[in-house]
Amino acid sequence: MGTYIPHTEDEIASMLGFLGLSTIDELFAEVPGALKLQRGLELADGAGEPDVLAHLHDYARRNQARSDRLLCFAGGGAYDHEIPAVTKALAGRSEFMTSYTPYQPEVAQGVLQAVFEFQTMIARLFGLPVANASLYDGASATVEAVNLGVAASGRNTVWVSEGVHPHWRQMLATCAAGTGHRLHTVKLVDGVTAWPEADPTADDRPGVLVVGYPNYLGCLEAIPAARSVCDRVGAMLVVATDPVSLGVLKSPGEWGADVVVGEGQAFGTALGFGGPYLGLFACAQSQVRRLPGRLVGETVDLDDRRAYVTTLRAREQDIRREKATSNVCTNQTLMAVTAAIQLAWLGTAGLADLALRCARATRYTRDALLAIDGVEPYATAPVFREFAVRTPLPADTVVERLADAGFLAGIPLGSEFHDGDHGLLIAVTERRTRDEIDAYVTAFAKVVAS
Amino acid sequence: MSGSNQLLGPAAPGGKATSAPLLGRDTEPTIFELSHPGRQSWSFRTTGVPELDLEELIPSVHARSEPVPLAEVSERDLVAHFTRLSHRQFSVDLGAYPLGSCTMKYNPKVCDAVAALPGLAGVHPAAPASLTQGWLGLMVEVEETLCEITGMAAATLQPAAGASGELTGLLLMRAWHHAQGAPRHKVIIPDSAHGTNPASVTLGGYEVVTVPSDARGCVDMGALASVLDEDVAGIMLTNPNTLGLFEEDIAAIAAEVHKVGGLLYYDGANLNAILGVVRPGDMGFDIVHMNLHKTFATPHGGGGPGAGPVAVSERLVPFLPGPRPERLVDGAEGTDVYRWMTPEHSIGRMHSWHGNTLVLARALAYILVNGGDGLQKVAQIAVLNANWIRRRLSGTYDVPFDRQCMHEVVLSSRNLKHAHGVRALDIAKRLLEEGFHSPTVYFPLIVEEALMIEPTETESPQTLEALAQALELIAQEANALPSGSMAEAPRNTPVRRVDEARAARTLIPTFDARTEN
Repeated sequence: MGTYIPHTEDEIASMLGFLGLSTIDELFAEVPGALKLQRGLELADGAGEPDVLAHLHDYARRNQARSDRLLCFAGGGAYDHEIPAVTKALAGRSEFMTSYTPYQPEVAQGVLQAVFEFQTMIARLFGLPVANASLYDGASATVEAVNLGVAASGRNTVWVSEGVHPHWRQMLATCAAGTGHRLHTVKLVDGVTAWPEADPTADDRPGVLVVGYPNYLGCLEAIPAARSVCDRVGAMLVVATDPVSLGVLKSPGEWGADVVVGEGQAFGTALGFGGPYLGLFACAQSQVRRLPGRLVGETVDLDDRRAYVTTLRAREQDIRREKATSNVCTNQTLMAVTAAIQLAWLGTAGLADLALRCARATRYTRDALLAIDGVEPYATAPVFREFAVRTPLPADTVVERLADAGFLAGIPLGSEFHDGDHGLLIAVTERRTRDEIDAYVTAFAKVVAS
Repeated sequence: MSGSNQLLGPAAPGGKATSAPLLGRDTEPTIFELSHPGRQSWSFRTTGVPELDLEELIPSVHARSEPVPLAEVSERDLVAHFTRLSHRQFSVDLGAYPLGSCTMKYNPKVCDAVAALPGLAGVHPAAPASLTQGWLGLMVEVEETLCEITGMAAATLQPAAGASGELTGLLLMRAWHHAQGAPRHKVIIPDSAHGTNPASVTLGGYEVVTVPSDARGCVDMGALASVLDEDVAGIMLTNPNTLGLFEEDIAAIAAEVHKVGGLLYYDGANLNAILGVVRPGDMGFDIVHMNLHKTFATPHGGGGPGAGPVAVSERLVPFLPGPRPERLVDGAEGTDVYRWMTPEHSIGRMHSWHGNTLVLARALAYILVNGGDGLQKVAQIAVLNANWIRRRLSGTYDVPFDRQCMHEVVLSSRNLKHAHGVRALDIAKRLLEEGFHSPTVYFPLIVEEALMIEPTETESPQTLEALAQALELIAQEANALPSGSMAEAPRNTPVRRVDEARAARTLIPTFDARTEN
């Protein structure tokens, strides 16, 4: 019923006449008849927009875990932060939404400059000189960082801390089937990575180390320990970070990272059941020609006015094909533009205050939960804005029961982690009030006492 | 012109953007230059949470010595800055975007309303299946719908974009051959293929074998036969191909590749041409990726997000990425029960979570509004528009493969280059002055001075005529004006021609690098 095709039947007939055809089917004369679909698609006929909206609304209604119904204490790379009206209004402008990749820079300065500003903000935040125009998400950014690290070090043994998001590690393993990288998981001990001694003469010494900062359990890793392993064996250090925390934490670049990656959803993008999100990626100047994805650079136009353009194109797959540094083409530009808007809204002081507010709410929640009988810390290493606890009931059960009380309690650590079935990962953002936290803790106590 | 003008009627071309506010000779300062110490936009909830100092919260060794310098602007200046930037940006909402291979059709606004539903946008991805039944159900409907459209058995919705779908497909190919006990080493790609194909093949751990196109612009069957052996894992094809031509020998290609035990991979970049007409599964393909941001009208956001689901034939289903949603209980409307499951031989995970889920929801809304009947009409009108442009401009530009095309047509401006030194790039830039986005130029690589035009089905006949007239005017100018004058274009855009060589030579990837240089 609905359609977005402007043509009237008369216009279609006239156009067919211009082509010397009498029926529309003749346009498909080159498709062998035996292959053609002899029936129509077995899909419902077109519906009115209001009917479709109602149908999608029915699905939406069946999602109990929506942030306006269940107060969100879950994180793990997806956070319930404030998204102000101004960010939604600006990022929703149709010039940003309905444009393609900026192949013609003369009419794409809006997106190009916004991405240039985004790259500048991420480079400053991560403490490295170059950030790209985005990758798909935290997992894909980590995969690309490891690929860069292997190419730079010339060695494909990769030591990955268990504190890197388990989904990101799973994607590393999936992609390693193609690249042949040899991945080794390095266990956490009490929340921080226990790096083994690395033998600088061993053939299987690592070419890349990957560590989380803060890590998946929210703990603050000792980056110098990872850096010293890298220095001993000549490996590249990749740090997977939570960018909000860097509002007050020392940047991974300052700690000595060669590549920094992260999940940028926290900067203005909806939870959205996990996508589209924003892969963040920055690296040292020496690695810029291995940088995956797109990069915007400043230049001038014919009149010597400042202008922006995608640059170092010779790395990209449309030029170098099988020798390209990465296959990433479409990225998450709209989310990068959104992040630039959100970071400009936060500004220098606002980002620091946001991080501090998260840390305060986390401390308040953690202290209150650990005062409950039977709730123990999962790790004692210092945390910033996320933490894990050990629960007397299976964590799955805690989540199910707290949902009845109006809370998304957190993320069960799961069997991947030591005793993870009783481990619950909890994040507290600046949106949670003291009253909400008190109510959560009270409900939590009731559930674990039952 | 005679045959074409009859259809114009009274309407003006809605897709011509010459009245757009792409104004001004001033450049827009960066947000950093607008910054003034002490200005503020941000505000947060009043929470009542005890206000501990940072020193009480983390060990001091972890604390940053200075705050991250971002920008300090009022909300008013923030809005003005990004609004002005938006005025320096062409978009589909502004005018026609006949960028070949990119399917820049109109993006319906109802899909924006879907993506904004709090019951979809506000859901945390780690919430358990019991609390997210709506999302799982929606994803199952997307999967079933895409499988019907492509003629495949099952699909993964995880890949975030086409290239991610390609890599997923190649890893599926790899896992399947491995399970047969015979790992292979080569993947065949036509010379007309998108650049992501060979890049993905390399990441999939395979070696690229290129086959040439024949005089009709299709895969050269003789050349294909000469490279097919039992070390070939598969072939990647786009059909219609990047010349906009249907590979008529596809059934024979499928038979030959399958005979040596290889698999066929369908690059779905051009799926818009064949919706409801012919399906990749019926052509013999084993693995199919789709670009939802092309075929199913989800907004491309200036370069992303996309979504690149991969559908497979029955024998590859056990290898799909996981977890994937499945229907456990087939209840009445609204009472079905869904759960997550991981296939027995799953290759693993290709996304941080479940895929670009809000893009999936938008695509589903688009598909449901069109319906099965409407999707077929989408393909028909897309092909009609492209053929009309081909015929309309065939006296003005070379048509290297002058046969019926599908959803896009590849023209060549080689004559103008040889006679007057006017390049495809000059034509692309000159067209911007006329209020249209440029076609794709210099692709596919096998056509000299290629101009690849994909009008899509959402541009009206009046807009097509205006586009054709603009391209005619440009060709006339190339013939009449002094050599080199076209290199001045564009003149009425926010900036004039951009020095790309300088950008690469003196790299300025951040505002800070600029001040250092």
